Amino acid sequence: MKAFAGLLDRLSFQPQRLGKLRLIEDYFAATPDPDRGYALAAMTRGLTFRHAKPALIRGLVAERVDPVLFELSYDYVGDLAETVALIWPAPADAAAPPPSLAEVVTRLRDAGKAELPGLLAGWLDALDVTGRWALIKLMTGGLRIGVSARLAKTAFAGFGGLSVDEVEEVWHGQAPPYAALFAWAEGRGDRPAVRAAGGFRPVMLAQPLDEAELSGLDPSAYLAEWKWDGIRVQLSAGDGVVRLYSRTGEDIGGGFPDLLSAVDFGAVLDGELLVIRDHAVAPFADLQKRLNRKTVSGKLQREFPVGVRLYDILFDAGDDLRERPLGDRRNRLEAWFAARRPAGFDLSPLVPFDDWPALADLRRAPPVDGVEGLMLKRRDSAYVAGRPKGPWFKWKRDPLLADAVLMYAQRGHGKRSSYYSDYTFGVWRGNELVPVGKAYFGFTDAELVELDRWVRNHTTNRFGPVREVSRGLVLEVAFDGVQRSGRHKSGLALRFPRISRIRWDKPAAEADVIEALLSHLPGA
Amino acid sequence: MLRPEDLLRPTPAGLYCPPGDFHIDPVRPVARAIVTHGHADHARPGHGAVLATPATLDIMALRMGDEAGRERQPLDYGERLDLNGVDVRLAPAGHVLGSAQVAVERDGCRIVVSGDYKRRPDPTCPAFEPVPCDVFVSEATFALPVFRHPPDADEIAKLLASMRLFPERCHLLGVYALGKAQRVLALLRQAGYDAPIYLHGALTAMCDLYRRHGIDLGELRLVADTDKADLAGRLVLAPPSALQDRWTRRLPDPLPAFASGWMGVRARARQRAVELPLIISDHADWDELTATTDELAPAEIWVTHGREEALVHYARGRGQRARALALVGYDEDAA
Repeated sequence: MKAFAGLLDRLSFQPQRLGKLRLIEDYFAATPDPDRGYALAAMTRGLTFRHAKPALIRGLVAERVDPVLFELSYDYVGDLAETVALIWPAPADAAAPPPSLAEVVTRLRDAGKAELPGLLAGWLDALDVTGRWALIKLMTGGLRIGVSARLAKTAFAGFGGLSVDEVEEVWHGQAPPYAALFAWAEGRGDRPAVRAAGGFRPVMLAQPLDEAELSGLDPSAYLAEWKWDGIRVQLSAGDGVVRLYSRTGEDIGGGFPDLLSAVDFGAVLDGELLVIRDHAVAPFADLQKRLNRKTVSGKLQREFPVGVRLYDILFDAGDDLRERPLGDRRNRLEAWFAARRPAGFDLSPLVPFDDWPALADLRRAPPVDGVEGLMLKRRDSAYVAGRPKGPWFKWKRDPLLADAVLMYAQRGHGKRSSYYSDYTFGVWRGNELVPVGKAYFGFTDAELVELDRWVRNHTTNRFGPVREVSRGLVLEVAFDGVQRSGRHKSGLALRFPRISRIRWDKPAAEADVIEALLSHLPGA
Repeated sequence: MLRPEDLLRPTPAGLYCPPGDFHIDPVRPVARAIVTHGHADHARPGHGAVLATPATLDIMALRMGDEAGRERQPLDYGERLDLNGVDVRLAPAGHVLGSAQVAVERDGCRIVVSGDYKRRPDPTCPAFEPVPCDVFVSEATFALPVFRHPPDADEIAKLLASMRLFPERCHLLGVYALGKAQRVLALLRQAGYDAPIYLHGALTAMCDLYRRHGIDLGELRLVADTDKADLAGRLVLAPPSALQDRWTRRLPDPLPAFASGWMGVRARARQRAVELPLIISDHADWDELTATTDELAPAEIWVTHGREEALVHYARGRGQRARALALVGYDEDAA
């Protein structure tokens, strides 16, 4: 556990991608099985512990620390794991040696609910500050060390002299502590078999389009299609196995039995998960009701029927199509779909166009709902893992804008724990301001310093980490849409709001009125 | 007995003693000031008369020249002085060279103003002396139970280990110019590191002053006098503001480190883009603060600057009267 805690600690302060890769590779080289395999699992979010919840840690610390001092400390530090790690009153004479990572992982996984508090308390007593911090991060699943699953796999690939796409291909057939993977990486074992059916295939992503470069592109070399406003998924099916993956390879199929139970074909398909009623795409808010669920009631399934709108075909039965040009794959997809018409699936239509100005007009005013923008894909592009520059572009619609008034500011977490960096803003409804959203990015570090100072100098009221401010600062907010919300007093919520400009010059009285936002509601 | 509030009271200019007619660490120019130590938020320019330890007066003269007070009166630790019927005495605070607590006493009421202090040993200044009192005025920079500074030697060992691990990089350590720089130098020498250590130009004058006061810092060289290539594998000390400054371009692949009590909180280290945080502080941590109030057991605790609520809560839990003075103008970043 000490080596793993040291790794997390150093990663958390290492800003450079290359530096992180180096640290992880060094750790793999210096640490024996099975600890390093569990570390790889932790960094790829491959470990979950059913009974280990932040509330459990809070309970343990509450038995040992004055609650007022704990709350003051937590408010100051801004991170539960770190607060507990620092404040934990470890006995001067640690009774037991600190546990190994494998011991922590296996016992957290297998221990009953009743056993867990005693187990944790013993470990927290035996570990030092860094070890306690790592333990809590590990068991609550939020490492937040700036390492994506992809980066961890890249480091593993580097350690073994492999390519990361090779690793991705075999990944889903393997399980922690990944002994076979490490044997392969060290040349002690063969490449593990690719899971033939239901495996994840690394997804191809698009670069944002720089409009200035558009004139240099040949329109006839590209296919255009709508970028639907759902979540990108991969359906992988065959031999009776059906899996639905997010684009990062997370298995999300558990929440969509209605979709998966009807699948009776063998193929790997790329598409957009949407709530679709009568062939029309419902607002994203409807899809959100279905996301992040392990199980889903029949009522939800009926009220929010999901489907996958297909973009691409990677495998048709055992036939790997990824090296073929997109134009061929598209023909194959259309033929495949026409022959089957599987329930819950439809085709994302191509958008015909003659030149870029004509396409720009369509982007400005799409003839259908549920569109986030356009995708441009070279007809000759192979399906390549990652985000290569050139073959695919996303061309999102321009954001909507509103001038809103800053109402509350909250201290940030993590890196921003000493700054008021989360802003709640509102618009006018008659003579009162009603909150419509919250944003915590879109500004520069220099602007954050100024915003923080403004908040401190204009505080009218304090509620714990939140400050209410005088109504004097207008923020230009960019957002992708408006939806109804029971959670806000205003009855609406903004989609993906971010600060686009700080209007130091604009009087609050001239900010937008709520009617301006209501006009953006779907169907308004 | 005199009520404590009649002997010392908070004012916008700082703590004021009405019978003695002087301020302690005033944040605005006043006629008569007692200054606990030389840090810029406690020792300010433009006062009429200034009373402080000889070392603190030296530091003020170095930093402010003619603005260090029109009249300057040195008072050694332990010496007594009568100011308009108020008995004044300075006692070591263990914070930096020259740092003092101020004990003021009249009609059987004694208040001790700690200034900034710490309890652990420091090779560059005499140790904190507990002075029994009716009211203890405590700082609270690190007054939360999450602040528990590890032993200095462990942190110095961390730095030396990192220098062995990355022998091709230049370790750039951010330190405050007064106190931290010299303490870190002295600790490194204690740990057996005897290679030359390289300084940013802003640190040299204060290191020279410490040496004039008899504190050995080993061989020091100026970064400005050294070729870039010769700094690989070396240790450079610089003020914290220089850590992300363009100045660092003259160093080969610098590894930014920072020696401060704030490095105990990860977010603070990340804010400064520090790769090697060292928890070395010249302020008392939570255990030192609470042990000191327990040891002195004054009838009353006044808390000046920092995280007052926690220390007030702690003292009240121990049956002491406690309140936050809400003084403004003290800079928590210089810690």
